[in-house]
Amino acid sequence: MKVLIPSSLRSYTRLMRVQASGTTLGELLADLERQFPGIRFRMVDEQDRIRPHMRVFVGGRAIHDLAQPLQPADDVNIVQALSGG
Amino acid sequence: MARTSVQPATQRKPKPEPPTRLVVLVATRKGAWLFHGDTKRRTWQVEGPHFLGHTVSHLQLDPRDGRTLLAAARTGHLGPTVFRSTNLGRTWNEAARPPAFAKAAEGEASRAVDHTFWLTPGHASERDTWYAGTSPQGLFRSEDGGVNWAPVAGLDADPRYREWMGGTQDGTPDGPKLHSIIVDPRDAAHLYFAMSSGGVHESRDSGQTWSPLVKGMEVVEGFDPSNISFHDPHVVRLCPSNPDRLYQQNHCGIYRLDRPGDEWLRIGRKMPKRVGDIGFVLAVHPRDDRVAWVFPMDGTSVWPRTSPQGRPAAYVTRNAGKTWQRLDGGLPESQAWWTVKRQAMTADAQDPVGLYLGTTSGELWASRDEGERWACIARHLPEIYAVEVAALA
Repeated sequence: MKVLIPSSLRSYTRLMRVQASGTTLGELLADLERQFPGIRFRMVDEQDRIRPHMRVFVGGRAIHDLAQPLQPADDVNIVQALSGG
Repeated sequence: MARTSVQPATQRKPKPEPPTRLVVLVATRKGAWLFHGDTKRRTWQVEGPHFLGHTVSHLQLDPRDGRTLLAAARTGHLGPTVFRSTNLGRTWNEAARPPAFAKAAEGEASRAVDHTFWLTPGHASERDTWYAGTSPQGLFRSEDGGVNWAPVAGLDADPRYREWMGGTQDGTPDGPKLHSIIVDPRDAAHLYFAMSSGGVHESRDSGQTWSPLVKGMEVVEGFDPSNISFHDPHVVRLCPSNPDRLYQQNHCGIYRLDRPGDEWLRIGRKMPKRVGDIGFVLAVHPRDDRVAWVFPMDGTSVWPRTSPQGRPAAYVTRNAGKTWQRLDGGLPESQAWWTVKRQAMTADAQDPVGLYLGTTSGELWASRDEGERWACIARHLPEIYAVEVAALA
């Protein structure tokens, strides 16, 4: 499936959109980590919680759980929340 | 590259040692910069930014090779990591396994590293060993030059420490921190660290077991000093010329400890009353264990944490804390409401000793004569978190 990568993580992917696979969000992130080492820990902490300012949208719907099932046709958008200063 | 000048020293002093090239490493809320000095420390060439937009809590050069840099970084959105450069910052690689706590078992309280706060190179005999302190408080070790990090197991296994570390409500406004990781230059297994809050601690077996070292340290009035959690050391420094002597700037005063003794002496009582002995930073002389510098801040009422009366100054003791002298030559005389954070003042090993400090308002100041005269060598940087100085190979 296609994954939109936020600008803050493009130092890993060099691309705005990448291909990755998985039947859950957790598997998808594991695939991204395989392709782009280091990227997962910047998004997900060691307790498998999505970091506070990261957001993941699937088909326009925000998801927060790594166990969330995904479909092969899903578009996944990873974005950073508007925050900071 | 910009060039700035440091004013000439006003005092006659012996000629400096053979030329040494120094680099001042500046870590800020929005990136890191390197300032390369000439052999006389008169001019500085700025190089950077590195990691623009990242909060860089600490940037350290490995004194064992004079080339390798480690940077503790995160951004507002992304998780914490450690970057490593083996060519003085021309290229950087990210740690394969940055400092992170173990995954908590079901039903167990879990912790996640918010940021790596402190980096300390290991002992000279352990070339690839580094230590890191985090917020919330954790102590990590790397044995491969900063590529892979693991918790120091002895600390994690001791339930007392989880209690003393407390939670996010118990720490500093930016989160509770483990800092001041010190390796005894005579013994790689002899370690110290400090926690804000949570006291000063010592291990003699490479971190397998730890014991508190807080006797003599005061806590905020009304609290019980026998409770380790209430102790708030801001920074601890070991004297390179006498590793049995430690100095400490604490939330509640300035202290000295002479080992093998275990009782801290509050030497800040001799500071002028109108200035007090509260601050974040402390630097020690590389060759004289009687000499230490502090940079006091206003710790009254609501704790403004600015220069007292808006008049920044370093204070030096040249007799191990019996007396203190004000050093404000070249610093603003009024209306300068700085804070100098706990990693943001350091001393080089030259003769005379150079001092360097960074302010929350983004100014970098240096003195080539042990604090007698100061000059601003950079301004308009982001908020400065840490300043280190190192000799290049």
